[in-house]
Amino acid sequence: MIEHVENPILEIHDLTVSYDRKPVLWDIDLTLPEGKLIGIVGPNGAGKSTLIKAIMNLIPSNSGYVKLFDEHLEKVRNRISYVPQKESVDWDFPASSLDVVLMGRYGQLGLLKKPRKADKEVAMDCLRKVGMDAFAKRQISQLSGGQQQRVFLARALAQQADLYFMDEPFAGVDAATEKTIIDLLRSMSQQGKTVIVVHHDLQSVTRYFDWVLLLNLRLIASGPVESTFTQELLQETYGGKLTLLSEVSNLMRKEGFPHRELRKGKSS
Amino acid sequence: MKNLIDFFSFTDSSTRYVVLGVLLLMSSSSVVGTFTFLKKKALVGDAVAHSVLPGVCLAFMLAGNKNPVWLITGAFITGWISLYLIDTISAKSKIKEDTAIGLILSVFFGVGILLLTIIQHSGNAEQSGLNSFLFGQAAALVGKDLYVFGGVALVLLTTITLFFKELSLLTFDEAFARSIGLPVRALELLLTTLTVLAVVVGIQAVGVVLMAAILITPAAAARFWTDDIKTMIALAAFFGAVSGLVGTYISYVYENMPTGPWIVMIISGIAFTSFFFAPKKGILHKLFRQIRIKNKMNQENILKLLYQLGEEGKDFFVSRSISDITTRRPFPMRRLIKGLRTLKRQGFLKEKQRQWTLTKEGKLKGQRIVKLHRLWELYLTEYLRIAPDHVHEDAETIEHILTPELEARLEQLLDYPSVDPHASEIPYNH
Repeated sequence: MIEHVENPILEIHDLTVSYDRKPVLWDIDLTLPEGKLIGIVGPNGAGKSTLIKAIMNLIPSNSGYVKLFDEHLEKVRNRISYVPQKESVDWDFPASSLDVVLMGRYGQLGLLKKPRKADKEVAMDCLRKVGMDAFAKRQISQLSGGQQQRVFLARALAQQADLYFMDEPFAGVDAATEKTIIDLLRSMSQQGKTVIVVHHDLQSVTRYFDWVLLLNLRLIASGPVESTFTQELLQETYGGKLTLLSEVSNLMRKEGFPHRELRKGKSS
Repeated sequence: MKNLIDFFSFTDSSTRYVVLGVLLLMSSSSVVGTFTFLKKKALVGDAVAHSVLPGVCLAFMLAGNKNPVWLITGAFITGWISLYLIDTISAKSKIKEDTAIGLILSVFFGVGILLLTIIQHSGNAEQSGLNSFLFGQAAALVGKDLYVFGGVALVLLTTITLFFKELSLLTFDEAFARSIGLPVRALELLLTTLTVLAVVVGIQAVGVVLMAAILITPAAAARFWTDDIKTMIALAAFFGAVSGLVGTYISYVYENMPTGPWIVMIISGIAFTSFFFAPKKGILHKLFRQIRIKNKMNQENILKLLYQLGEEGKDFFVSRSISDITTRRPFPMRRLIKGLRTLKRQGFLKEKQRQWTLTKEGKLKGQRIVKLHRLWELYLTEYLRIAPDHVHEDAETIEHILTPELEARLEQLLDYPSVDPHASEIPYNH
């Protein structure tokens, strides 16, 4: 059920993550192939966002390690782009679409350097790719939800990365935006980029993705969408709550239990 | 008047220094405050401001004099401790941030007042003027103090300029900032340090009690005028500087007037003005827009009605009296007359001896509203599956808001229908 690949672009080994001592991801072990469009699927509260946050080291993990391009995150950061959930930021912030897309250049610019003309041109170009060039100067709170999501995507494009993590890019967008986004993701994957997307709409999984992860507190399956997105595995992901597992999780929080007897250092 | 000239001509060198100092202090605190405001940490700023008082007093007790370097160090230390405690309490315990802020603010301020009272009863001759840390006394800003406080203010402004890009990204989207490898913890620490320093330099001008107003109010006022963070920072600095200048002037003219409360009065005045009069975001602008919309709807309703009457009589250019109109639709009389007059002025109506007639342009305009109304009714029944007897009320408002672009799309979508759900003809203009 969990298919492993040679020369993975992403390798996760025995990853466990907790919030406030309550484990929300148990012993994730997986490898993912390069150049694919990959969906992470599972019910609400399954830990989909948590998984990519843990990969990006935005939240601490209790055990295990993550390797990207066979390296630790720090060494390959500028080859990776992360798109947070749209709701995670305050869109009332005084900035234009272009300002936000320019932020995608900050990683390459480094500290204390101002965006150059070249960066602005890249940013404009990325806005064009998502069909938002006409809104470059528009204040971000005046954009619709779909347009805001496109701006976030343009910012990711401006990073010119090889591996993309996107947290629910299709959530709350209109049909036109959904089409723009999926076309864009497909063309990125055709150019050899790897795109990993947290997704909650089961209807479109087989149409959108090459590879799929089924997640519900633990990894149920990982593999090509044709062989993995099956009735049986979906049943296991969505049906039959693992009540025992969640009860143990709750108990660990209540009692203030450590996850491992010996706290290992971060990563191997 | 003579005072005014004295003050602003800067002939007196000590006045000149005080003014320069206040400008620096106020603008640097306002600039740092912009980030505090955008991070929604206004109350945290208030807590820090109150928490520097025990530091100031302790430093005075230990040093035995009012050496500004000591006072700033003391203030800085307790200010920092208070922030650390707020963060730790809200992260590690069940107590929420607002409660933590309330706790820390009152405990630290209480201790500060206690220490201040002890100092006042100690008979130390140097203590005079320490009181000014409560409500601020810009006039005390002379000599060495000015250099120290002014220096800190300059450091603040330079640091913000240098790290502007990083600080704004951190404020807007922390997760993304982390993901591209920005040293988020260090930047948070930097911003916290800047906030504490801004408070420390600001208290000389406004005092601990009112310091939060200087951190937050200029930024809040500036937000009304712009959607660009750089402009916002510049405006906040400007508002801060102006209020500092005026406040200092008032306390210069009237002896024993504390500077702080006056500065706060002025900056609050600026904030209220912005709140009411700022273009686009101000209350007044919104009010005017409401009135404009109401008038527009009223006028369009009159034209629509005259068109409908014409439709029934198969002649659009019949003269009608006011009672002809009101028997059909009970317009409030004053609104009706006002609307009729405006429409006449605009050339959509003609009037002769209190008889009103549509002009050609008026007929077209009325016809468009009727068309939009019926198109929308049809759209609601066909696409939203709403019962025909429920669509009229919606169409009454929507008919006034549809743009020509939406109109064209609606026509296309419905394929230029000829009748609405109530079998009334949809009038086209060809």
